[in-house]
Amino acid sequence: MSVTAISKVVTANDLRSGEVLYLRFPHSWTPELARASVIKDNDLAKASLAFAQGQPNAVVGAYLSDVIDKSDGPKASHFRERFRSTGPSNYRHGKQEL
Amino acid sequence: MYQYSRFDHEFIAERVAQFRAQVARRLDGSLTEDEFKPLRLMNGLYLQLHAYMLRVAIPYGTLNSRQMRQLAMIAERWDKGYGHFTTRQNIQFNWPKLEDVPVILQALADVEMHAIQTSGNTVRNVTADHFAGAAADELADPRPIAELIRQWSTDHPEFQFLPRKFKIAVTGSPNDRAVTRAHDIGLRMTKQDGLRGFEVIVGGGLGRTPMIGKTLSPFVPLDDLLPYLEAVVSTYNLLGRRDNKYKARIKITTHENGIEEIKQRVEAQFAKIKLRFAGADLQLLKDIEQQFAPPKFRASSEPVEADSAPAQSPAFRAWLDTNISAHKTPGYAIVSVSLKKPGATPGDASADQMRALAEIARNFGHDELRISHEQNVILPHVLRTDLPQVFQALRQADLAAANIGLISDIIACPGMDYCALATARSIPVAQQIATRFQALKLEHDVGPLKLKISGCINACGHHHVGHIGILGLEKAGVESYQITLGGDAGAEAEIGTRAGPGFGADEIVPAIERLLLGYLQLRLDRNESFLEAYRRLGLAPFKALLYPQARKAA
Ligand code: HEM
Ligand code: SF4
Repeated sequence: MSVTAISKVVTANDLRSGEVLYLRFPHSWTPELARASVIKDNDLAKASLAFAQGQPNAVVGAYLSDVIDKSDGPKASHFRERFRSTGPSNYRHGKQEL
Repeated sequence: MYQYSRFDHEFIAERVAQFRAQVARRLDGSLTEDEFKPLRLMNGLYLQLHAYMLRVAIPYGTLNSRQMRQLAMIAERWDKGYGHFTTRQNIQFNWPKLEDVPVILQALADVEMHAIQTSGNTVRNVTADHFAGAAADELADPRPIAELIRQWSTDHPEFQFLPRKFKIAVTGSPNDRAVTRAHDIGLRMTKQDGLRGFEVIVGGGLGRTPMIGKTLSPFVPLDDLLPYLEAVVSTYNLLGRRDNKYKARIKITTHENGIEEIKQRVEAQFAKIKLRFAGADLQLLKDIEQQFAPPKFRASSEPVEADSAPAQSPAFRAWLDTNISAHKTPGYAIVSVSLKKPGATPGDASADQMRALAEIARNFGHDELRISHEQNVILPHVLRTDLPQVFQALRQADLAAANIGLISDIIACPGMDYCALATARSIPVAQQIATRFQALKLEHDVGPLKLKISGCINACGHHHVGHIGILGLEKAGVESYQITLGGDAGAEAEIGTRAGPGFGADEIVPAIERLLLGYLQLRLDRNESFLEAYRRLGLAPFKALLYPQARKAA
């Protein structure tokens, strides 16, 4: 098994719907973690977070979140972030409706 | 039921208009999130894991059918077709869009409801015994007092920035169904020399430092209650710590200063302010009391027992056994409608179910509904002769689970399926325990049991006062569940004891199963409940059931 590096994505909630979003370079937000841009460099992480925080009319509460970078896209490394990326477990609501 | 006064209507309308403008300014960028957040919280709007959440107050848990239908409409039109009833007699909508919230608040105002003071460091929604006005064991309906407190505390200029949130619960019955000892102030109605009044309990609370409230005064006459409460809250407002959020609740103030010190200060303050009230509060209370006049109960001449009703299916019998409580009026019963069908999310009701409940309340229940802190719905006034029809109607709405007070009647907070503060999920644990015991067909054998689950230390799911409490935590990057035993939310409230190390997500249900199968062996007979057996035997034998490996190793 290959060693998977710890990497980061920028995540936030959509101002209007509250939905979990991820930053996708250069300037867009995606609801799918698999399509998020993975950041492996500290300076880029800082700059990306600053960019996200500079969009107060689009998103709320931006932060950096650890992911595992897999070939089919990033996966959340903590269970809280995994739930954020999928939705609640009691109904197929949120992202599971897509 | 209480009807809004002109003042109430104007106040709510103004708040809705204000919030509409605030949302517009947030959306057009003139308000930052830092500026907007306190404003939205003042109106019950949280941002959770996947969406916004709107928390709507159901004062003292009382609703009429029109309000319930409106909640159904809101759920359908602006949410995902359901609502979640909470342990604080609120309803939460888990998926509103920010721009829709002002319209939702307007729809609530149309039926005399609001989301004010469901957040923030204010006096929160006043909760009450869910059987209030109906219970055979109560001295009097506690809701007029609860409504008086609501009016006094809503927008109270001195109490908008308390050191921390402030929760008040009221009961009119010696059998405490309102968990008064786990609130900042708990009020228990009593009588002294024929005079009505309240035992005032202070400093109870759950959360990270659970404490059982202490009696501040064994008897405050009704006439003095509001100035006395004002004295308590203003004493706390001065004395409560503002340097540390975790030490700011009145339970810590009481703990650090001692109940005697609090008592002296409250009494000095009370003497100062009592005259200011000048009886206006009592006049108001008289007006309010009239609005809580009991419905015109139909005297049923024949003492018809539901037991002699024709529709005697075993399912109906089982439901009668668990879901019916004694009413103060002959011929009537209190019906508890379980929102805990095994596998369902505790406290959730679909829009269709809400409408069915509204319909049943209108046809058979004098138009009254209650929400219990145990996350069930109560039909407080049902003629016993109507019970078979009520059961049928509930069955059609998939609301006939016969499990009130049994193991599947679980309190569970939203946990990490929704809540941004959670450290683990609680809903799936509740679902799995309920379905497991249904499959084992042991629920009735096990008998009365209060199982309560919280998804973090804030203890919204009251796990500390569950006979069995489960607290979801994170341990080494996975969900871990800690069990407490022997808690009690009743009149002799008690905080449970931690049983030992936590269980993984796949171990928690088997652990509960071992515990309860073991209890069946340990109990003296069928009449000894889990809590009674625990009190008789202590922690050790139950701990051994939970941790069999430890015993083998020893
Ligand atoms: C989902 C969003 C929620 C948030 C952000 C939230 C937040 C909190 C916080 C921070 C506390 C601890 C307060 C303290 O000890 O000072 C707390 C306690 C509590 N919450 Fe919630 N809560 C939420 C949902 C709920 C729900 C769904 C219920 C009912 C099912 C509930 C009922 C309670 C209760 C009963 C307590 C314990 C009160 C006490 O310490 O005396 N909350 N909540
Ligand atoms: S106990 Fe924790 S997880 Fe559960 S609702 Fe309260 S704050 Fe959220």
